[in-house]
Amino acid sequence: MLTGIVTFLIIFAVIGSILYGQKLIKTEKTDAVFGNPERAKGGVHWVILGSCFLLFLWLYYSWDIAKAFYPKSANELCQVAKVTESLLSLKYLFPIEERQHKSTAIIQRENVNINDKILAIQNAHKLETHDKERFVRLLNSTQQIIPLLTDEKYLQLETKNIISDLTNRIKRLTENFPKDTYPPALSDEAEKKRIEALQKQRGWGATGMEVPPLPETRVGLKFHTAAEELNKISDEFFSMRNHHPKYLRKVKAIIGEIKRYKSGLDDGQELEMTYIKEIKKLGQRIHYASIFPPSALDALEQSIRDFDKVQKQEQGAIRVRDILFFPGGTIVSSGPTCAEDGPGRWLPKPSDTFRIFGDLLKPSVGFKMIPMLWYEMMGVNKIVDFFLPDWVADILPGRYPVHTSYGKVEPNFKSRVLDIVTGNFEAFKIPVPTGHIWDSFLRVFLGLALGIIFGVPLGIFMGLNRFAKGFFDPLVELYRPVPPLAWAPLIITVFGIDNVGKVFLLFMVSFSIMIISARAGATGTQLSKIHAAHSLGASRWQILREVIFPNSLPEILTGVRVAAGMCWGTLVAAEFLAGTTGIGFVENVARKYMQYEVIWITIFVMGVLGLLFDITIRKIIDRTIPWRGKG
Amino acid sequence: MSDLVSQDLNMIFTSPKGEHVHALKDITFTLKKGELLTVLGPSGCGKTTLLNIAAGFLRPTSGKITLGNNEINGPGVERGMVFQQGALFEWLTVAENVNFGLRMKRVDPVKTAEKVEEWLDIVGLKGFGNTPTYQLSGGMQQRVALARCLINDPELILMDEPLGALDALTREKMQSLVLKIWKETGKTIILITHSVEEALLLGERVYVMAPRPGRIHTEYKLPFASMGLDGDLREIKNNKEFVTKREEILSMIWDMEEEIMGKEI
Repeated sequence: MLTGIVTFLIIFAVIGSILYGQKLIKTEKTDAVFGNPERAKGGVHWVILGSCFLLFLWLYYSWDIAKAFYPKSANELCQVAKVTESLLSLKYLFPIEERQHKSTAIIQRENVNINDKILAIQNAHKLETHDKERFVRLLNSTQQIIPLLTDEKYLQLETKNIISDLTNRIKRLTENFPKDTYPPALSDEAEKKRIEALQKQRGWGATGMEVPPLPETRVGLKFHTAAEELNKISDEFFSMRNHHPKYLRKVKAIIGEIKRYKSGLDDGQELEMTYIKEIKKLGQRIHYASIFPPSALDALEQSIRDFDKVQKQEQGAIRVRDILFFPGGTIVSSGPTCAEDGPGRWLPKPSDTFRIFGDLLKPSVGFKMIPMLWYEMMGVNKIVDFFLPDWVADILPGRYPVHTSYGKVEPNFKSRVLDIVTGNFEAFKIPVPTGHIWDSFLRVFLGLALGIIFGVPLGIFMGLNRFAKGFFDPLVELYRPVPPLAWAPLIITVFGIDNVGKVFLLFMVSFSIMIISARAGATGTQLSKIHAAHSLGASRWQILREVIFPNSLPEILTGVRVAAGMCWGTLVAAEFLAGTTGIGFVENVARKYMQYEVIWITIFVMGVLGLLFDITIRKIIDRTIPWRGKG
Repeated sequence: MSDLVSQDLNMIFTSPKGEHVHALKDITFTLKKGELLTVLGPSGCGKTTLLNIAAGFLRPTSGKITLGNNEINGPGVERGMVFQQGALFEWLTVAENVNFGLRMKRVDPVKTAEKVEEWLDIVGLKGFGNTPTYQLSGGMQQRVALARCLINDPELILMDEPLGALDALTREKMQSLVLKIWKETGKTIILITHSVEEALLLGERVYVMAPRPGRIHTEYKLPFASMGLDGDLREIKNNKEFVTKREEILSMIWDMEEEIMGKEI
């Protein structure tokens, strides 16, 4: 319902934007300058057009439009697919979708195989002559059983009857199929059972099954019943054998000879064993193939062709919907189930995606028992414990209390301090963010912050001091070009799969970028500015803080932007490797269970978070270094 | 007593290839307190090197230079410098640039603010205190640079082609400003320029330097600067004596340039 409304809104927005844009273009005609930056300013209408176009593509290719306007179309297509599947093996017998009759193809192939084998045996040097003769004789008699299958006069009456019976059943189906009375009404009990099963069936899409298989519409039921009938016919046909007693006698003789020969072989004669097994296999392939005389199945073939034509005509509207609303694929059937085959499978439907996203955002649901982004109440004592190290108490003068002879422990100042730094006290609670998104964000933030805190001073130092540049350069330059993910297994082994390892990995990424950018900034300070500061009486430290640092700020902040982007990329990959929280972890688990909707949601969340990070940094840059490029 | 005295100053640069360049040779001069010296010469004659040594950014290979009783051995507040491009700190406002020196000395902020107002008024930038420096025009930037240098009350002001990058009109105004400041403060000033007219107009004394090795070629004592203090600069430029001197120095510099070119060819 909602999807339908959205679809119409999108179509209106697209048309409106195009018309409005056309109007503007007409007024722009007076401006003859190509590449005028004013023209590239865009306009909201083009933004609307772009996003609506994207949304429409998503709706269309995920087959969500089909779901919105024809919710039962997938179910109907499933029934059609069942018929197609049941016809498949029968069709293969004839040159309907193939080039040859199946019998012709088998005979051609097996003749070639037998001749090849005869040649191979005659050229085999390690075989004894009498073995060779025996093998060739066996192969020749195998080849001679083929005419016993293809000769009209060896086709038994019983077989003929079965074929004509099957043909008549298909003909009758063809006749009845288009009629309104098809399928015939079921007995009351069977009908009741069918409706009960139907009521239990869940809908199409992520809520229920990929495609509900039981027929929900009248047309669907028609195809479903026909498919069942055809399956029976097909099974009966393939269980039938065109074996005349004369053929069977000959086959028995060949098998007997092979058995006798095999029992005469001893363990050392592996080569002979291999050959005799291959000869037996050739014979078996002919025996189990459904080979019939050339025109014995003509009537059956015609009946199948007729039925196929009729069922295609009967598809009618279903077929149109398939072409219009199921782009890039269709519904296929395999046994009792049906599945989406095409973009509808891996491109989740927007309606499903938003609903699952809504579920994931609910703090009580989340993903793997952890919410995406929520808050939890945490005691202030725990926060104090986290931030204050325990050795603060240890370095205080004095000793921790010793128990008295009365068996009591009197707390003193030192033990009270220890209680505070270990968080061992009662305190009020404050809300603290938690969840997958927060975890990922915090890791990136910490990695980036540590990289800045350590990288910027070192980078500036390296930019000013010959010793520092020479001393640290090999260290930094050696580890910097290595992709961070190459470090990941090592760092995870050393620091563990928890936060420390990941933050350290991100620190490594941002550290090298910050060093390089701070160094470039420090080296790029104009000498005249340093001279000026000198002659204004600034000390070395003051020049560093008041001149060199602000002068390197543009480079440093550009470095922060680059580092933030790199950190995001590395973080997700690191969370893929190991861990129990974070966006990357969510995606990795979703991948394992083929939850395409969740995968797309994580991709989207990552994109938005990266964008927010970048926008924030850009705002900071605009505010802190307005002089950039204007000096 | 605080005269600038230079004795047998030599500066030899060694290039990475090991070649020696004699940038300054046996420079000896005395500049009395309150004098305005302009230094002129073709490019590569060592003007800027001389100024950098006086500022303390470079140490001479031999010889010594003293201001008053102190030998110059490193940069100091008593010698202020004004650069060609202003060398302002563009992340600071005009007022923050001007009070930079006082802030570094941790002078009382209230006093500092008063002094900044005073100096901005003198250089004609009243009310521009909170303007970001990057929004100023070239002439205004140079005014800020002057104020920034003067607020420290230096004994000696060194100017390295301070008006070189300005347009003709602004330049004329700034020349008047330099003269005005010179008169009002009575500072010793060394001004380097590549404009003969400017050198004659501002210089109480003018040194024309010659290259390879850098040395003082000719010295003039001129009345035009004192004339310019009261009169119109444009009138002085049309003064007969001024024109003769200008032509004389110009041909002298041309001869030097030709000599170098001849040597190189």
